[in-house]
Amino acid sequence: MFETKLTARGVAIAFAAAAFVAAVSLAHAETASPAAASILSLVVKWLPLIFTGFLLNLLVSVLSMAIGTVAGVPLGLAQIARHRVVQRCASAVTQFTRNAPWLVLLFLTMFLLPFQFRLFGQSIPFPAWIKAVIGLAIPVMGNVSEIVRGGVLSIPRAQWESAESLAFSPTQTVFKIILPQALKRMLPPWMNLYAILAMATPLIAIVGVQDGLTDVRGALVAENRTDLLLPLYATLLAMFFIYCYPIAMATRALERRAEVKF
Amino acid sequence: MTIVEAFKHLNDAYGINLSIVYDPFDRERFVHGFLMTLLLSIVSMALSIVIGLVGAWLLGGRSRLLKGATTGFVEAFRNTPPLIQLLFFFFAVSPFLPGAVNSAGQVTPLIGGVGWAIISLSLYAGALNVEIFRSGLEAVPSATREAAESLGYTRLQAFRHVVFPLAFRISLSALNNNMVNLIKTTTLAYAIGVPELLYASAAIWSESLNVREMMLVMLATYLLLIAGYTGIMNRVERALRMPGTDV
Amino acid sequence: MDHHKLGAPIIVIKGVEKRFGETVVLREIDMVVHRGETVCIIGPSGSGKSTLLRCINALAPINKGSILVDGVEVNDPKLDKLAVRRKVGIVFQQYNLFPHKTALQNVMMAPVTVLKQDPREVEARARALLKRVRLEDKAGSYPGELSGGQQQRVAIARSLAMNPLVILFDEVTAALDPETKKEVLVTIRELAADGMTCILVTHEMAFAREIADTVYFTDGGVIVESGPPSQIFQAPQNPRTRAFLDLVL
Repeated sequence: MFETKLTARGVAIAFAAAAFVAAVSLAHAETASPAAASILSLVVKWLPLIFTGFLLNLLVSVLSMAIGTVAGVPLGLAQIARHRVVQRCASAVTQFTRNAPWLVLLFLTMFLLPFQFRLFGQSIPFPAWIKAVIGLAIPVMGNVSEIVRGGVLSIPRAQWESAESLAFSPTQTVFKIILPQALKRMLPPWMNLYAILAMATPLIAIVGVQDGLTDVRGALVAENRTDLLLPLYATLLAMFFIYCYPIAMATRALERRAEVKF
Repeated sequence: MTIVEAFKHLNDAYGINLSIVYDPFDRERFVHGFLMTLLLSIVSMALSIVIGLVGAWLLGGRSRLLKGATTGFVEAFRNTPPLIQLLFFFFAVSPFLPGAVNSAGQVTPLIGGVGWAIISLSLYAGALNVEIFRSGLEAVPSATREAAESLGYTRLQAFRHVVFPLAFRISLSALNNNMVNLIKTTTLAYAIGVPELLYASAAIWSESLNVREMMLVMLATYLLLIAGYTGIMNRVERALRMPGTDV
Repeated sequence: MDHHKLGAPIIVIKGVEKRFGETVVLREIDMVVHRGETVCIIGPSGSGKSTLLRCINALAPINKGSILVDGVEVNDPKLDKLAVRRKVGIVFQQYNLFPHKTALQNVMMAPVTVLKQDPREVEARARALLKRVRLEDKAGSYPGELSGGQQQRVAIARSLAMNPLVILFDEVTAALDPETKKEVLVTIRELAADGMTCILVTHEMAFAREIADTVYFTDGGVIVESGPPSQIFQAPQNPRTRAFLDLVL
């Protein structure tokens, strides 16, 4: 019941925002051009293209999240390794990838990765969108690393000691005792990170990958009508909102549940 | 051999082209870019904190309408991409505003790229600050507020001397995280042509053809900027620490 | 107990009723506290003792009846709550010190901000008060660095700094371990002996018996019985009082 109430609120907010934008743009259109009624039809006309572009944003977000998580978990564990050098290096990499601006890292990978590479004498192209996936996966890795470190450190020392007293090896302790408990605490920040990543994916348009944002701009160029600016940008904003708001709500619900428990 | 000559030699002999050191034009562009990033960061931080405080205050108020509007603002801005927010303001909202007439008699937009970048960044970070301050205020035990009131404090005095100082300390680390993110987010102003650090660096590397070197210099500059901010805030946090507590 | 040292009535409570929604937590409460008197309120948990203190300090509004504090009616919609709170201090079970200020600053804050007194003069008085609660060497410590008993004594000094006519003690030793409990009880005993008007809600029966001029036994939101400690503890009239005392003594 709690969940449905939250979702209802989100729908209400989205609806109110969309209605507001629609009203403003229609009011504007009426004064600006006689063909006011066609705004809606124009939005509908471009909707499939924008949505296809938006799907690429989502694909990029899922792939970046997957790569960033797979790389970030061992990095996070290395941050709490006993081995001094390993620990220092892991911390340095984490800090570097967390603190650099995402757009800068994206530029870095777009410019510094080759556009093709040779494997077994064959040249395989390296499309821009895959480079973008890697570019976004880098900061994800750093943030996942920090989430893992924080999650593991949040488990009381006594858990390590009791595992040790039961003759678990350090690796067994991490994977059988600590991580399963830490997972519950790592899930909300991880989900939050995913929402941030999803909302960062339009950055790839800046470095020349065709996504939802590129499609909006393309549609605007094709129609060449200023009264379309507001509705088309609002459409894309709404798509992101409808995707990200439930994630944010679920994250908060999980956080609240965790709060009650501990 | 002067420093300038040394860096010229570095380029000629080894192909390491740090044009911002020996070329006055590039250097000026780079310095201006850095200052613009600084300007965007500082002004947006200040505004976003004001927005956060006002929003948190409205959320604690009685008016349901204002509460609903604040919640709507927060949810809208934190659940949509900041880049599209910026473009939305710059391209879609800006034409609605009346223009200003400049000295040459031309009509120019009332708010330029820098202005929209500041507005957009402030609203985005401000929406997040509302949440941060709200949870900070909620974390102050009502018993502490009551203790102040039992000593004869008015509500305003209790808020000013007890509740706010505590809530601020509780919020500080989340606020700092958000402000670091804000510094990083200033790079989005590149998309509307504001000549900040990323824009200036890109301009330099596309003309001086030193992508690798400029990338590293720019990255290092951002990291130093963020390290500088974190360093200052660590000092503030230490100064505000309440001994014997976690905050 | 001899009542010769008691002065004029300072708190007069008549027919007070307090409800939380449908639940009646206080009913038909009558109580008179004289200047210099030490009153202890005892009774089982949830009998409304703490609520009564909060009503006297205008932290909780009452639904019926009258509470006069030094002639000021607390149950008055136009009441200046701050005026009452300057006359009546309260010390809480959980101390509720301000964690961002040192012990000295905690004591000084209210007189400086609320009463707008001269900080230098207030500081001298605050240091004297800290000395009185035997914490002069902890002036610069933050609440988080003090033990529970020390924090509670700072809280008492903080209350005293406002020069109240009455101090209310709301189960002030309930959260303390036996050792630190003693320090706080010693402080309260000295205050009472100095002639400060005190109302204590407490579970410390031996202490109540020792320092009280009058003991009130409350149960289920009503005052079941009241009188000098010799009567309440040695010859209780009401069977409910007897049952309660049998349980706790």
